[in-house]
Amino acid sequence: MPTTAETKHSNGRNKGIFNNTTGFSTLITVTVLSLAWLAGFASRLFAVIRFESIIHEFDPWFNYRSTAYMVQHGFYNFLNWFDERAWYPLGRIVGGTVYPGLMITSGTIHWILHTLNIPIHIRDICVFLAPIFSGLTAIATYLLTSELWSRGAGLFAACFIAIVPGYSSRSVAGSYDNEGIAIFALQFTYYLWLKSIKSGSIFWSICTALSYFYMVSAWGGYVFIINLIPLHVFVLLIMGRFSQRLFVSYTVFYIIGLLLSMQIPFVGFQPIRTSEHMAASGVFALLMAVGALKYLHSLNPKGQWKQLLILGGLVAAGTVFLAVVLLTYMGVIAPWSGRFYSLWDTGYAKIHIPIIASVSEHQPTTWSSFFFDLHVLVCTFPVGLWYCIKNINDERVFVALYALSAVYFAGVMVRLMLTLTPVVCVLAGIAFSILLDLVLKEDEMQTAPVETEDSKNLYDKAGKLKKRTPEPVPAADSGLGMNVRSGTLIAFMILLMLFSVHCTWATSNAYSSPSIVLASYGNDGSRKILDDFREAYGWLSQNTAEDARIMSWWDYGYQIAGMGNRTTLVDNNTWNNSHIALVGKAMASNESAAYDIMTMLDVDYVLVIFGGAIGYSGDDINKFIWMVRIAEGEHPKEIHEADYFTERGEYRVDSEASKTMLNCLMYKLSYYRYDSGGSPAGYDRTRGALPGHRGFQLTYLEEAYTTEHWLVRIYRVKKPDEFNRPRLPLAKRTIPTSNNLSKKPAYDLGPMTSKRRKGLLKNKPTLVKGKKMTKLE
Amino acid sequence: MTSLASVIPKLYQEYTTKTSKKLKIVDAYLLYIFLTAVIQFAYCCLVGTFPFNSFLSGFISTVSCFVLGVCLRLQVNPENKSEFQGLSAERGFADFIFAHLVLHIVVINFIG
Repeated sequence: MPTTAETKHSNGRNKGIFNNTTGFSTLITVTVLSLAWLAGFASRLFAVIRFESIIHEFDPWFNYRSTAYMVQHGFYNFLNWFDERAWYPLGRIVGGTVYPGLMITSGTIHWILHTLNIPIHIRDICVFLAPIFSGLTAIATYLLTSELWSRGAGLFAACFIAIVPGYSSRSVAGSYDNEGIAIFALQFTYYLWLKSIKSGSIFWSICTALSYFYMVSAWGGYVFIINLIPLHVFVLLIMGRFSQRLFVSYTVFYIIGLLLSMQIPFVGFQPIRTSEHMAASGVFALLMAVGALKYLHSLNPKGQWKQLLILGGLVAAGTVFLAVVLLTYMGVIAPWSGRFYSLWDTGYAKIHIPIIASVSEHQPTTWSSFFFDLHVLVCTFPVGLWYCIKNINDERVFVALYALSAVYFAGVMVRLMLTLTPVVCVLAGIAFSILLDLVLKEDEMQTAPVETEDSKNLYDKAGKLKKRTPEPVPAADSGLGMNVRSGTLIAFMILLMLFSVHCTWATSNAYSSPSIVLASYGNDGSRKILDDFREAYGWLSQNTAEDARIMSWWDYGYQIAGMGNRTTLVDNNTWNNSHIALVGKAMASNESAAYDIMTMLDVDYVLVIFGGAIGYSGDDINKFIWMVRIAEGEHPKEIHEADYFTERGEYRVDSEASKTMLNCLMYKLSYYRYDSGGSPAGYDRTRGALPGHRGFQLTYLEEAYTTEHWLVRIYRVKKPDEFNRPRLPLAKRTIPTSNNLSKKPAYDLGPMTSKRRKGLLKNKPTLVKGKKMTKLE
Repeated sequence: MTSLASVIPKLYQEYTTKTSKKLKIVDAYLLYIFLTAVIQFAYCCLVGTFPFNSFLSGFISTVSCFVLGVCLRLQVNPENKSEFQGLSAERGFADFIFAHLVLHIVVINFIG
């Protein structure tokens, strides 16, 4: 490591100081990295400080629940876990449909701490896992960047990634999700890949494959790695940069990585069955062919081998490509799945898969969110990219491809901003390092030691704000063109300070909300905590039957299971579109039609989120149009999206709203008995309108619970004997019930009593009565 | 085509004279692994792939052995000294063994 570092520095700054005092530079590196870790950790704690140590949002609740299950029941039981609390009546095989890396990581930490007799609750480990891993990500980024450019650039990049909002958005304390550990795995895999391609050693390739395995176990985004690395190899081949090191590192990585990735039950045989993974095997075959041809060439370097080589390579590439296409047509390899297809054709999801388009993080990225998530880095990273392309070598080809593909993906989906952030940090780190080299270069003869020390402190400063900015300026004031240089230096220091201020601000204001505990601020700045979600889920867990089935829109499935510990019909693992569509259809139908669906699905309680009283915009009425769309996709005859809009195509809830809208279940459940929310009682503050249909009664449901701020409303579905039907005399009431009970056996068993048998025979040919009965049920 | 036919015996001759004995042993090993892979593939074509994971682990393990053998051969070949700087033949062999350890642990897990 020290030797490579020194050679690296020959293209950078001041050689002498590092040759003399490697210990000194190592000390600085370690200090800066640990400070970056600390800064990254600390800036992610806003949510814990403001609220409490709690799991955030939706998916983390499932991860937390399964981690807790794993800790309690052991790893093997976790892998075999069939969760009957989800997707009623289908259930879910959790062990086979989950990326277990996250649970295993926190479970391992829990186990280690408990063997050391540190009794920490698993929840605290889950809450703080992502901030801790952000420090590891910083170190991995440092390693990656120092492989690419220099250690100085590496320190810059590490400090950037520690605090950049694009990454902390997914890794604040409490956001216990796959991405938190996956970005570390991603960066570390890339670092090892560059290391192996540089050295050509089998050892590093195996390490790459193992790190890739960890990534596969952690996040579905591993597909990015298994396509980017082959792309890198392919581009190197095209550029005529084939080397035996490349051959060794790729072939070993691919074949071991393939085998390892199939060990994850959720991935299974996908790596050899789906198109997403075919690029990797194609490049593998191609590389084998090129390697063989090169070997033959080395045996006999004379003759027209050159042409044969190129021809052979082309033929091999063509064969591989044709084979993949042919196998896809034959159905051996599954074509691109919808989720991936929507990456290429951005309009695809909107037309064909509304459930993907309905998620807000799958929307295309806006320009402002690039700036918001990356701030100054988004402007400086092209500089780093330019320098990488200008001084190209094998590794820098990789980072260029990484940057280009990540920019594309980040433009397609907001969520994939996460894959862009690390490479932007790397390249911006390179750009800043180059800039400092230029600015501080000419002084090094006179005041070399002072300067390196100072510039090192600058790296430190990039990560954390405040303290000693003016210090580098006196160092720069001897030498030529000092005004220009010190001016540039100051300007960039100010930029970096602004960057860190922006990062802290963005993390604190935009990304540190748990979203299950809301805070509202009064005019005098006082803060009020709205804890309605937990209130409702707590009510569910205390006041309903152990096996009660709760119907809600899929967003709240994980939370109901995690906090309320009750059975849900649909949840955030949106694997069964038709089931979701059925729930959407129930919400979109009128009460009696919805009742049929609900009895069919065995629903006991219905839970809706209603933000009208407090002006919470993420409630079910605002999501309702997606429920209608998804329901229409599966039941185009019953549900029509246009029915829910006014004639002018507006989506409204007031008196001008369409009749279907005013009578659908979601509307009724939201506005039933609603009389809060502002000057005219019953005013909806979210939509800014007075509901058009008020004072109605519910026939098939009754209100069970409404939270303090009306945010969560729970309704109980009535049993058939509870309806407000006219009271029947006792004699008449008993006959239909006995008829109901004996109806089904009567068809099968027939002769129970001679009396009933007679009647049945009489009615048999008409069939009218039978139909009537089923309709009544 | 004619040039190709004339070139093959020449290649063979070059190979026998130029290649050192050590590398020939590796080549023999590679040939053996290759034949194993072919036999497995033929077996799966004839009998079927029913325990698919077993077939895969067997087949991929042979492919991996082949790949690792080729890599070892590249690294111990003195002609490639300039390519693999800082990698002695001993280091290459140690890496080779390490890779096989990882590989076979996974294969045993996968073969079911």
